[in-house]
Amino acid sequence: MSYHQDETDRYQQKPAIVCRELRKSYPGKPVVEAVRGLNLQVNRGECFGLLGPNGAGKTTTIEIIEGLLQPTSGDVEVLGRSWTRDGEAIRQRIGVTLQETQLSDKLTVHETLDLFRSFYRTGISVDVAMKSVSLDEKKDARISQLSGGQKQRLAVATALVGDPELLFLDEPTTGLDPTSRRQLWEILRAIRERGKTILLTTHYMDEAERLCDRVAIVDHGQVIALGTPRELIASVGGDHIVEFSVAAEQHSLVNASRLNSLVDVTSVRDEVDRWSLNSKMAHHTIPALLTYLEAEVLALAGLTTRQASLEDVFVKLTGRNLKEEETA
Amino acid sequence: MTQPSSSQPSSSSSPQHPIYHLTMARIMEFLRQPDAVFWSYFFPVLMVLALGLAFNKRQEPPVLVDIVDSQLHEKLKESLKQNPRLQLKNTSIEQANIRLRTGRTDLLIEKATEGAGHVYVFDPLRPESVSARSLVDDSLQRSAGRKDAVEVSDRFSSDVGGRYVDFLVPGILGMNIMGGGLWGVGFAVVQMRIRKVLKRLVATPMKKSHFLWSLLASRLVFQIPGVVIILGFAWLTFGVASQGSLMAALAVVLLGALTFSGIGMLVACRANSIEMVSGLMNLVMLPMWLFSGIFFSTDRFPDAMQPIVQILPLTPLIGALRAITLEGAGLLEPAQLMRLAILATWSLVSFAVALKWFRWT
Repeated sequence: MSYHQDETDRYQQKPAIVCRELRKSYPGKPVVEAVRGLNLQVNRGECFGLLGPNGAGKTTTIEIIEGLLQPTSGDVEVLGRSWTRDGEAIRQRIGVTLQETQLSDKLTVHETLDLFRSFYRTGISVDVAMKSVSLDEKKDARISQLSGGQKQRLAVATALVGDPELLFLDEPTTGLDPTSRRQLWEILRAIRERGKTILLTTHYMDEAERLCDRVAIVDHGQVIALGTPRELIASVGGDHIVEFSVAAEQHSLVNASRLNSLVDVTSVRDEVDRWSLNSKMAHHTIPALLTYLEAEVLALAGLTTRQASLEDVFVKLTGRNLKEEETA
Repeated sequence: MTQPSSSQPSSSSSPQHPIYHLTMARIMEFLRQPDAVFWSYFFPVLMVLALGLAFNKRQEPPVLVDIVDSQLHEKLKESLKQNPRLQLKNTSIEQANIRLRTGRTDLLIEKATEGAGHVYVFDPLRPESVSARSLVDDSLQRSAGRKDAVEVSDRFSSDVGGRYVDFLVPGILGMNIMGGGLWGVGFAVVQMRIRKVLKRLVATPMKKSHFLWSLLASRLVFQIPGVVIILGFAWLTFGVASQGSLMAALAVVLLGALTFSGIGMLVACRANSIEMVSGLMNLVMLPMWLFSGIFFSTDRFPDAMQPIVQILPLTPLIGALRAITLEGAGLLEPAQLMRLAILATWSLVSFAVALKWFRWT
């Protein structure tokens, strides 16, 4: 018994996930390097997000960590164990939702969860799993009768029945309507509050900001920034973004270095149709900006201010837009 | 190590063995597709009915005779009216020749150039023509007063057990087992691969062998109503019955279902599109449709082909079923053991290879 206790402690002290120099390339002409030397550590009990545009290597990374793909090189440790030696032990302790699994249409919610529950030595009851994703009223409904949001919640429930220590979610809210997204976020928050570790991928910055304790921004198969959403946003130099525009013919008359010297401004970007300022204190910067425009006789055409977001971090780091990538 | 959500009540239904749940899931999916159920059980019944009727209540075909002379036509019509099978027709010589050459008539009769007699014109290599000639001649001679020198009588052999339908039913059963195993298992696997269900399953601690066993178990379950329906229908409509033990037949059916599930799994083990698996499936089934004796005996193939014919898994399956139902054979006769051994080898090899090559993602 005490030996077991030691064993347990030994594993419990290890981080939930460690990736060292992870690489994955797919053969072909040219060779596709999906992951290029990715390092990552996810701690116990945190909700960790991999944020990046489509094609950044997020799904490849999460599927390597889930044991579904072999890395070309590099090490992965999950819950202190390695896939090659302790695959079964890891699988008993993790729950997975893939990006798109179409569970059998003909089965009911209850039957599907019964099936998944039977694979795990220990776990929660199917009834509890259904309640935790608010599907208890759909117990006997066939999957074909569920909405997109309900199907996604069922997918989460199939990952929960084994009472996992670590939960993986690949793009959990992609394609869902706003109400279903919020509902799923509530469910994931509740799971996190029960002390589970969560690793999720997303290309929605708002999702990462709302759910994640820490975020790794992934681009071209590497982590380009890592930290809490707050830290990352602060790192771009300001909590607020002040955007303004002047009459089109006056746009080029605005002096970027003068803007930069305005009170609390940390950086300036020319967005072609408008100017964007990062500001530590918007209520200091805006009066100074208005005074400057007044003095230069520039006609203010538009003025907005908002909280800085992870989107701004991505733009700052890559010069590209997350959303542009998405439609590209 | 895991922290069960302890305060919550435990499930009302405690989980059964994974093979049970996997098998039940397959069975439910099947039963909830009424069209699939209908076709897999109705189609073979339809086939037994159509072929059974076509060959069972067979009437003797009419014998067509062209007569090139209206006087001769009248005369022969009178002499041959006793035989309803003979259909006489008066035509011109040109027409009659064309009809004979193209097989639209069996026999041509013309007036002899000398004397009062007539001449039979026919191709001696066409069996219908030869039998038409002897039938017509026999009838004419009898009506002219000829007596038989030797006394003979006929007895027709269409006893239950010796008819075509009795031969056919085991063939249809074999065909049903082959189709069920290949489509039922192969299609399901590829569909699950496309829908990423397989990938989702290997992300759980599910044992891969449990999944494959459940495919087999569900296939065996689906096969039993198939056998009962086909045999029951054949018995009710045509009185087809087995000379040998029905339990022995059932054992062979289950071994066959196992074998073809294994082959279905092998065909589907790497395919990742419906088109690909359909093509492979037809490729695998075609030689057996042709050569495994579903509709006629494999003895009709030349000796040189026999090794290939006999090694195809459907051949020993149908052979073993026929030996039981037609001859009352048991399972322990050398010829039967040989057939069962061929089937068992096919199933072991296909499972082993499928398991090794199987692609889950």
